[in-house]
Amino acid sequence: MEPRRRTLAPYLLGMPGGVYLAVFFIVPLFAVLSVSLQTGNPDTGFTLTWHWHEYVTAISQYHTQFVRSFFYAGISTAVALVLAYPMAYWIAFHGGRHKSTYLLLVLLPFFVSFVIRTLAWQFILSDQGFVLGTLKSWHLLPQSVHVLSTRTAVIAGLTYSALPFMALPLYVALERIDRRLVRAAGDLYARPASSFLRVILPLSAPGVFAGFLLVFVTNVGDYVNAAILGGPGTTMIGNVIQTSYLQNFDYPMASALSSLLIAGTLIVIYLYARAFGAARIQEYA
Amino acid sequence: MTVDAHPAPLVARPARVRPARFLLPLYTWLVIAYTIVPIGVMVAYGFNRAPSGRLTFSWLGFTTEWYRHIFDIADLTGALVNSLELAAGSTVVSLVLGVPLALALARYRFRGTGAVDSVIFVDIAAPSVVVGASLLSFFITLNVARGLLTILVAHVAFNVAYVAVIVRARAVGLDSSIEKAAADLGAGPWTAFRTVTLPLLAPGIVAAALLAFAMSIDDFIITQFVAGQTLTFPLWVYGAVKVGIPPQVFVMGTLIFAAGVLIAIANTVLQRRTTL
Repeated sequence: MEPRRRTLAPYLLGMPGGVYLAVFFIVPLFAVLSVSLQTGNPDTGFTLTWHWHEYVTAISQYHTQFVRSFFYAGISTAVALVLAYPMAYWIAFHGGRHKSTYLLLVLLPFFVSFVIRTLAWQFILSDQGFVLGTLKSWHLLPQSVHVLSTRTAVIAGLTYSALPFMALPLYVALERIDRRLVRAAGDLYARPASSFLRVILPLSAPGVFAGFLLVFVTNVGDYVNAAILGGPGTTMIGNVIQTSYLQNFDYPMASALSSLLIAGTLIVIYLYARAFGAARIQEYA
Repeated sequence: MTVDAHPAPLVARPARVRPARFLLPLYTWLVIAYTIVPIGVMVAYGFNRAPSGRLTFSWLGFTTEWYRHIFDIADLTGALVNSLELAAGSTVVSLVLGVPLALALARYRFRGTGAVDSVIFVDIAAPSVVVGASLLSFFITLNVARGLLTILVAHVAFNVAYVAVIVRARAVGLDSSIEKAAADLGAGPWTAFRTVTLPLLAPGIVAAALLAFAMSIDDFIITQFVAGQTLTFPLWVYGAVKVGIPPQVFVMGTLIFAAGVLIAIANTVLQRRTTL
């Protein structure tokens, strides 16, 4: 901090990056809003008419996909949390010298392209793949069992891609806990279970919330898992937005849907920032 | 009160059997195995025979053919080259924009700190589909043709935020009195920055650059929105899902994976050596 003289330095330093974010992140958010209030078609062009009917249509036509997206994202985030927490706990508290090795193993999926990871699950879960194929050839599963293009496959895929994003903030939060507090609980005759529930769990809460926010928001908007692992009955709102923009060129409808999604996620993010502060998430991101 | 963050490990109470002893490590290894399975599948199918040039789900036998013919599919190779160029380009641009921004946020309290903070926060937390859709709406409104340049703009838009966060975390931890000492010894602001601050920031900048490169090469959703007819590696792969995946995709995926892991390990080892 340089309190002595008021200086232009921070403005000069921050200006290029700040302006870039304003122009290519903030302004586009308003561009969506503007396009959603336009009327027209790709051939004749679009004009701003301030018609809100796209929103009415968007909600009446696609509320199923909205609800489904929030449902899938909620389940996959919760499952990822339950899967990742004990592991993050063990690595942080009992990982010893090999902590960073374990962490690298957990984060390995980061080094594989997201699309390829999802594709690999398609290979694993397919009817002829080595899991179902083998089980079926041993008659441990009836031939009629399918996993691909079901809800289970999509949620499993979402959970898998969420796992490292969940494990990392959990680990960071658990790693930070002052071990003497845990020891103090033991000295005060707390059983391991109650020292976990009353000391470790509350102290790791920031990591839980950061992981939850990052994963939930990412999964609500995802369409790759649904597109590769899902079927006609698992369409998420991301799929609808993607098709409206890139295949149907129905920009007003696509923008109306995006605006609704932006509003939904901004509310979640805002509530989080209110409760925990905006700087908090950056420590875990 | 200054506290030692890592005091001596807890002394285990011998009388009590603790689940942490064997259940948790077993569990951890199971989750790690689950994490690794799809990666193993990627590596394995890069060695699978595929008479038609497209992979089937079944295992047809081992071959190294695809490693020898890795660049045989011209447009796949072209897409990979696009991805590498975009990753390099967006890394450089986002460092140029993001490092000064990080310094401004770490060193000074100025009007707008809170606003910039929130924007970075939302940029990182926002779902990709939102970022992609809004940039596409923006480009449509301005009538900008989509292609490599718009992808670059989009990649920089998310990478700047990551660079700012990582470099700032490093800059906040620096002792600014070292820089003042340099100034007291007669170094001008630029010399002090170049010879003192920059080397101290270097590990943060390297980490930010690696992350930015990785984020760019892996990005699918945002890219798909702003790409127009241009294909990157993930876009090409996604497009091939319906017609069948050639084994070269998994070979390239494996090589990118191996390179990424090696660089990450090398970076950790180097940093450990320089800080000790």
